[in-house]
This record gives sequence, C-alpha cells and structure tokens, in this order.
Amino acid sequence: MSDSLIDIGNPAVNPVEPFLRTDRMPHIWCPGCGIGTTVNSFARALIDSKIDLGSLALVSGIGCTGRVAGYVKLDSFHTTHGRAIPFATGLKLANPKLNVVVYSGDGDLSAIGGNHLIHAARRNIDLKVICVNNLIYAMTGGQTAPTTPDHSTTSTNPYGVFEPSFNLPHLVEAAGAVYVARWTTFHVRQLSRSIGEAFQKKGFSFIEVISPCPTLYQRRNKLGDGLDTMKYYKEKSKVRHGAPTSEVGLTMTGEIIVGKFVDRDRPDYGTMMRAQFTESLGEKFVEQDEQEVPVCS
Amino acid sequence: MAKGRVSIVVEHCKSCGFCVEFCPSHVLALSSAFNSKGYHPPHVVHPEKCSGCDLCGMYCPDFAIFATKNSGAKEGKK
Repeated sequence: MSDSLIDIGNPAVNPVEPFLRTDRMPHIWCPGCGIGTTVNSFARALIDSKIDLGSLALVSGIGCTGRVAGYVKLDSFHTTHGRAIPFATGLKLANPKLNVVVYSGDGDLSAIGGNHLIHAARRNIDLKVICVNNLIYAMTGGQTAPTTPDHSTTSTNPYGVFEPSFNLPHLVEAAGAVYVARWTTFHVRQLSRSIGEAFQKKGFSFIEVISPCPTLYQRRNKLGDGLDTMKYYKEKSKVRHGAPTSEVGLTMTGEIIVGKFVDRDRPDYGTMMRAQFTESLGEKFVEQDEQEVPVCS
Repeated sequence: MAKGRVSIVVEHCKSCGFCVEFCPSHVLALSSAFNSKGYHPPHVVHPEKCSGCDLCGMYCPDFAIFATKNSGAKEGKK
C-alpha cells in the first residue's frame, strides 16, 4: 500500500494540498510537533479568506518553523537567521500591494531578530507575523530561548532556567502592534479565523501560536509527548478576549491565556510616510502607488 | 449511513495520534500495521459515525488525513 490512499474509491484530495509542495513531503518535523498543524490552519485561512495568492508572499527565518517557506506552494522566501522581518519590510515597501506574511519561530523572531520585531511593531509596518512558539531553540538542540519558562530544564540550563522569559503579546503591544492574538495548536479553527482577521487589518499584526516540541522541550521536562501536550493545552487554556497582555505570561505547567488581546487602529508606515511627504513637499510629492511595480525577468 | 468519509495517506503519517484523540465522534484508532517508516497509521473503525467535519484534517501535522462530506445519499456506501 505504498503511497496510495486507503480509501481508493474517494476521488477527493486534501483541501490544503494546493498550498503545499507535496513532492517535499513527508516533512522534517518530528512526530507530535505542532508546526504542521499551524501550517494547516494557515492554509485553511487562505481558503476561507479567498485571498489572491498572486499578491501573497511568505517570509521565514531560520529554525524548525523557518522550514515553512520551503513547504508552501506560495511565493516564499527563506531568509537569514532573525532577519525575516527586515526582508519582509523590504518586500512591503518595494511593492505595497503585496500581502506579506512572516512565518517564523520564537527564537528567530524574538531573540536573534528581537530588535527587528520591536521596530517593525513601532513603525507599524503592514506585516502579518505568525510566531510559532515552542518555548525553546529546537533545531539547534534545545538551548534556552528568551521564551523558555521559569524552572524548565534545557540543554544549556540542566539545573533549571532562572531567567525571566519574554511575554511576547505584551512586548509587541507595548511596541505598537495593532492586532495581537495568541492560540495554541489545539485551537485550530480559532487560529485559522484569527489569521483571516489579521489579513483584514492594516498594520503590524502578531499571532503567537504555542506549539509542542516533544523531542526537546517536553522530553527534557518529562511532560510526555506531543499528544500529552495537546491534552494539556485543551485542559489548561482559557479563552479571554481582550485580556490585559501584562497578565498573559507563560509558565511551565500553569494556565495558558489565549484569545484576541489587542485589536486597534493606528496609521501604518506607508500611510504616515505619504501624509508626511504630502505635508512637507506639497505638489512635488507624486504618488507611485497606482503604477505596476516592474518585475525583473 | 455515514455523512462523511475519511481518507488517509498512510506513508505520510507519523502516528502522533492527534486525529484519533480529537475526532469528535471517535471514528479512528491507531492500527497495528506499520508504514514503510515504521509508524502506525490510523485506520477507520467506525466509518458510519464519520460526520465529515474534517477536524482530523485540521489537526494533522503531516497532511496525511482528511475527511470529506458525502454529497448525496447515493454516494455513501454504508
């Protein structure tokens, strides 16, 4: 029964298959890893929001989640470590009509690229950032990341982590993001809806997805496998829309507050730039937005 | 008669068990058979209970399972 379906009589194909490079499957993610589930929700958000795939670009950094760029059948860009947001900013400024999605991990976005994250949020560049947070540096062997909760064991903190960790929704809200939400890999439909909502927003949108890392984080901390972690998410997560982000920090085995925390409006980078130039240059400022951006052949 | 039908790509499965655990009508179970990578893919134990909600497909991290709704009464063969 090599690569065939069990149910040969069913002519249907997987609805997310048009969004995937199926020739690269099976992917490298471990059994029980949640990154594939987030890609699934992302693909379903694309189906539901009926977004034009020609105007969509996906940018990834380095890490387990950074591999997403190689598995989706979209215009995608696998960039250097931590620099997914700068590359995405360049894409957006060169072609403002593009919908640019940054799909990367917590280490790539908040540690190596932490500087870019806060400044992109401050400038309110119109990016949709999906941050898959597995609480650890997974691809490099389970070192302590800025998001690793207190008292957990990692390969670089074998006697327990003692550093305070980042509360990413709080960080990006303080920096100025217009849309901040958090879900876990258990909340597949909510995540998909949230990604669809982020596509409707103009400005810096940030969606954090808590995901299991059974090979490194859960195993070292004796928290079971991917399925046990999903059951933990089901049991301990509480939906609190609009919760103050200062109260949504993560602990190792405690409650996980999920929901849409921030949904506000602020002029984005392009709007502010045009307003400023119109004000100071007057007639001399010519909008080039309507023109087609030439494509290199 | 079943409202939906599950399809499984056996060779892509890594037997994480998400689909078995979170299927609302408990249609699936992990089989004792192996795929070529040594994982146990799920198999359908209660085909008549499937509602075609495709939640298994949403949870699957390996894009190895999906469910479709049966369009008419004629199509569902038990």
